Amino acid sequence: MSKYNLDYLDELEAEAIHILREVAGQFEKPALLFSGGKDSITLVRLAEKAFRPGKFPFPLVHIDTGHNFEETITYRDKMIERIGEKLIVGSVQDSIDQGKVVEQKGKNASRNSLQTVTLLDTIAAHGFDACIGGARRDEEKARAKERIFSVRDEFGQWDPKRQRPELWNIYNGKIHKGENVRVFPISNWTELDVWNYIRRENIELPSIYFAHERDVITRNGQLMAASPFLNMDEEDIVEHKKVRFRTVGDMSCTAAVESDADQLEDIIAEISASKISERGARMDDKVSEAAMEDRKKGGYF
Amino acid sequence: MNLLKFFTAGSVDDGKSTLIGRLLYDTDSILADQLEALQQSNRKNDDGSIDLAILTDGLRAEREQGITIDVAYKYFQTEKRKFIIADTPGHIQYTRNMITGASTAKLAIILIDARNGVIEQTIRHSYLVSLLGIEHVVVCLNKMDMVDFSEEVFNTITDRYRTLAADLSLKDVTFIPISALKGDNVVNESEHMPWYKGQSLLHFLENVDVETGPDYNLARMPVQWVVRPQTDELHDYRGYAGRVLSGSFNVNDKVTVLPSGTSSVIERIEIFDQTPSEVHAGQSVTLHLKDNIDISRGDVLVNSDHLPQNSQLIEADVCWMDKRPLDESITYLLQHNSKVTKCKIREIIHKVDINTLEKQEAYDFKLNDIGRIVIKTADALAFDFYTDNKANGAAILIDSRTNLTVAALMFRAIAD
Repeated sequence: MSKYNLDYLDELEAEAIHILREVAGQFEKPALLFSGGKDSITLVRLAEKAFRPGKFPFPLVHIDTGHNFEETITYRDKMIERIGEKLIVGSVQDSIDQGKVVEQKGKNASRNSLQTVTLLDTIAAHGFDACIGGARRDEEKARAKERIFSVRDEFGQWDPKRQRPELWNIYNGKIHKGENVRVFPISNWTELDVWNYIRRENIELPSIYFAHERDVITRNGQLMAASPFLNMDEEDIVEHKKVRFRTVGDMSCTAAVESDADQLEDIIAEISASKISERGARMDDKVSEAAMEDRKKGGYF
Repeated sequence: MNLLKFFTAGSVDDGKSTLIGRLLYDTDSILADQLEALQQSNRKNDDGSIDLAILTDGLRAEREQGITIDVAYKYFQTEKRKFIIADTPGHIQYTRNMITGASTAKLAIILIDARNGVIEQTIRHSYLVSLLGIEHVVVCLNKMDMVDFSEEVFNTITDRYRTLAADLSLKDVTFIPISALKGDNVVNESEHMPWYKGQSLLHFLENVDVETGPDYNLARMPVQWVVRPQTDELHDYRGYAGRVLSGSFNVNDKVTVLPSGTSSVIERIEIFDQTPSEVHAGQSVTLHLKDNIDISRGDVLVNSDHLPQNSQLIEADVCWMDKRPLDESITYLLQHNSKVTKCKIREIIHKVDINTLEKQEAYDFKLNDIGRIVIKTADALAFDFYTDNKANGAAILIDSRTNLTVAALMFRAIAD
């Protein structure tokens, strides 16, 4: 009898599809959080594999900081048209206009932390009981400990000390009214796995992932895209560089890396050889050693 | 390239976090900014070198107390294989977290401090490995540098452990003498132990055979979701979506739907835009049957010639995972893959003292207690015994008052 063994990408894919189908089966009103980044784009591909030729049993939800890379929004709208699924947009600008959050001041102002309020409001307004996200355990040490089904209380808070045991491949999605579950189907993928999968599946990405010419400034040792959303002053020297982005987030907190990688192959080679982790290019994690743990407790993705 | 999930049992005192840190460090799996953060951290070894253990401490409370509380997952890869490490806590009060990390692992690393040999904790960890039916066990005798890399010490401990392994029916056990702190036999072979002729730990992990052959007898697929587009062009499309839990399915196989007992034949297998003629354990698929029968989420499709057990009264090993003790007067929910049914605990047969492995009479069952119980379920379950088929032999209990997962169950026998 010949032996068989799944290739690691097939195994990761099968696990993610299993998780997505559990969400569909266990929850009344799930949603898929879509940021326009490669991880949530991968989730959309996995959802197609889980549910086609049927429709997705959930809408896509985009929490829009208003400080987007234009390329991301173009990509998003084109993708929605292609897949024919519903998109719900939660706007941070609306939260600001309604006085629910206050725009940060100063040089390092960012709307990144304001997103949490908009996210929680959007969840409440639509009554979502499960939100699928593209977080991975290799990103950060607090995430390394989070469950695949991660229960949040009615304030969206994660309590690392009260996590449910998650045994075998059995996922307990039972919750009380008002609580919701964040579900992370690609928990066990690494950044390189995502890129290899994107290559294998021939998935299109927003152009900012590939090397391009852009005006940038250097801030706190990081290259930031020069934009009206950065509070720039005379100390900031605008340079023109060939860069690409490793994550896609709010323009005010997503740093670029200098790169010539304009093809998928080059990016994979670059990441394989790279010595800087992906979240290293996120200013929001630099605040303290427990930055992510604190934000997750507060309801962050 | 394939994937190996393993877990590490031991405590910080045995150098568990240092071992994992060493595996990551020596396989070049630590990135520059993480390393920089490490170097800036206050914790250093006595000789001023980086404390590799910090790499695995995730939560603030863990860093403060210098212990592992919850399971942390770490990822690395070599030319040969991808690895997922479940770094599990070793203290007895976190037994449930160890079981959580171990439940999906194919291999266990048991750490022994060479100065102490087989201790109570070793027995406890080995018992859990045996209870969960982990296929491969690697016993790492750590801190060999503290015992002058002595072959005699190694032999004494391995002899003792072999007796324990036989008592626990552990099958594939491998012993490796290491020093996680100095790096001996972790990734690189040691120069200090010429008497050891085996592989380094990493080499062993890369080469251990974890493949299985196709097994049509154990073909099981719980239905998670029914795909019904109900569009004009796909009006009659009805696909049963799920992940093959165990065994293999072929097109034209005769299958039975449980619990109803209705039979049909597999007409087509789909994996998105592919239509393979056979699929195996681990694959997420969509099956189409020749007959239009009533199937919904929670049902399971099995090979008609090899049906699983079917019973409402089951004897199971249990690990209690909640602060509220087991309560024989209330109704719990039992989740067996995608199936949820009500259940009650009929009887506590015994409790096991996991330090001495003695079976004791028990009147109560508290957090981290392990033993055997009889459960009665509202609906009959289509299950296999855990020993025969882990994937279809396990379940969780949920307390419907709190919705918490309160116990892990491993089915062992039909009760009468």
